[in-house]
Amino acid sequence: MNLRSAIHFASAALALAFGAVPFAVASDTIDPVADAKAFQNFFTQKFPKLKPEDFVNGPYSLNEDMHRQWEEKEQFPPYEFALDLGKELFAKPFKNGKTYADCFPNGGIGIRQNYPYFDEKEGKVITLELALNRCREANGEAPFSYVKDEMAALTAYMAFTSRGKPFDIKIPNDPRALEAYQNGKRYFYTRRGQLNFSCASCHVQNPGERIRAEILAPALGILNGMPIYRSEWSGMGTTSRRFTTCNSQIRGVPLEPQADEYRDLEYYLSYVSNGLPISGPGARP
Amino acid sequence: MKIALSLASILLIAAATSAGAASTEADFKTAYAAAEAANKQAGALRNQWTATAQALADAKKAADKGDFDTAIASAKEAEALARASTYQATSEKEAWKALEIH
Repeated sequence: MNLRSAIHFASAALALAFGAVPFAVASDTIDPVADAKAFQNFFTQKFPKLKPEDFVNGPYSLNEDMHRQWEEKEQFPPYEFALDLGKELFAKPFKNGKTYADCFPNGGIGIRQNYPYFDEKEGKVITLELALNRCREANGEAPFSYVKDEMAALTAYMAFTSRGKPFDIKIPNDPRALEAYQNGKRYFYTRRGQLNFSCASCHVQNPGERIRAEILAPALGILNGMPIYRSEWSGMGTTSRRFTTCNSQIRGVPLEPQADEYRDLEYYLSYVSNGLPISGPGARP
Repeated sequence: MKIALSLASILLIAAATSAGAASTEADFKTAYAAAEAANKQAGALRNQWTATAQALADAKKAADKGDFDTAIASAKEAEALARASTYQATSEKEAWKALEIH
């Protein structure tokens, strides 16, 4: 090997070494800000006619006929009963005289956009549904089912008081928060169930397409409209109900509602929709 | 020749008996335990399939009726499904990144 080729070889090796390291690090780096930007860009480019805030109305924004149906539906919204029940439950004192308002900042009004949050004391994600049940338990009441009407009604009312406020999910400077975010992201993209689907298979790769009679919603803004009245369910559904049902639809055994995985998933999905307005409670086909 | 024919008959009868031998409860229990262990492994990875649960339930139902052939077939199906779900969870530990939006 002469001197010139030795220099070339050395430079190539150096370039490879220095070039390869940042790339490897970049692919494994957790960067929620870049993720959210890429996530929102992906959907706005996929659906260039939609304004960012349109995504919070799910499939109703993707199809003109459905959009007209939705506008008519909104005149007498099917979630109205849940809203009334939620308002009543929210105001009704517990046996000890306290109410939900005592458990939440600003008396629980107009705060939906800040949930879920990362609790640095506990080192875990706290969703609104979980916070509501913890409030009940702290006041001597039995927790509500995460997938039934009372929880849907309460979260519907709380979401309603936040309508129009942009999702504002924070990731504190705590490695555990970043890990929770990353776990949620991994859960979102991981294929599972006998059908080998991930959340992204439907809500990233195929929004706007039909799966049987349904039009799939985009993942962007998908939680802004929660809880939802689903015609398919003939009733209201919480985020927990949505996650567990998605799992069983792909023939996976759902995890228990509010399992760490679901809490992290909600954290990730909410964070990447930051800036989009809360539209819940929503109605879906 | 006569001896050869008798020998052939004996072999034939023996083969038929072994092929058609009804499965026993013990065979079922072995197959079911293997399927349950495989499904437990999938559970540890938080990735069980509903199809596995259904096949396990079918196996138990058939066994309760004394139909151990069907019960063993369902248990073996459950084991195969459970192993597939474990494979899925293991391979997805890295494969999920291919779907990520960049």
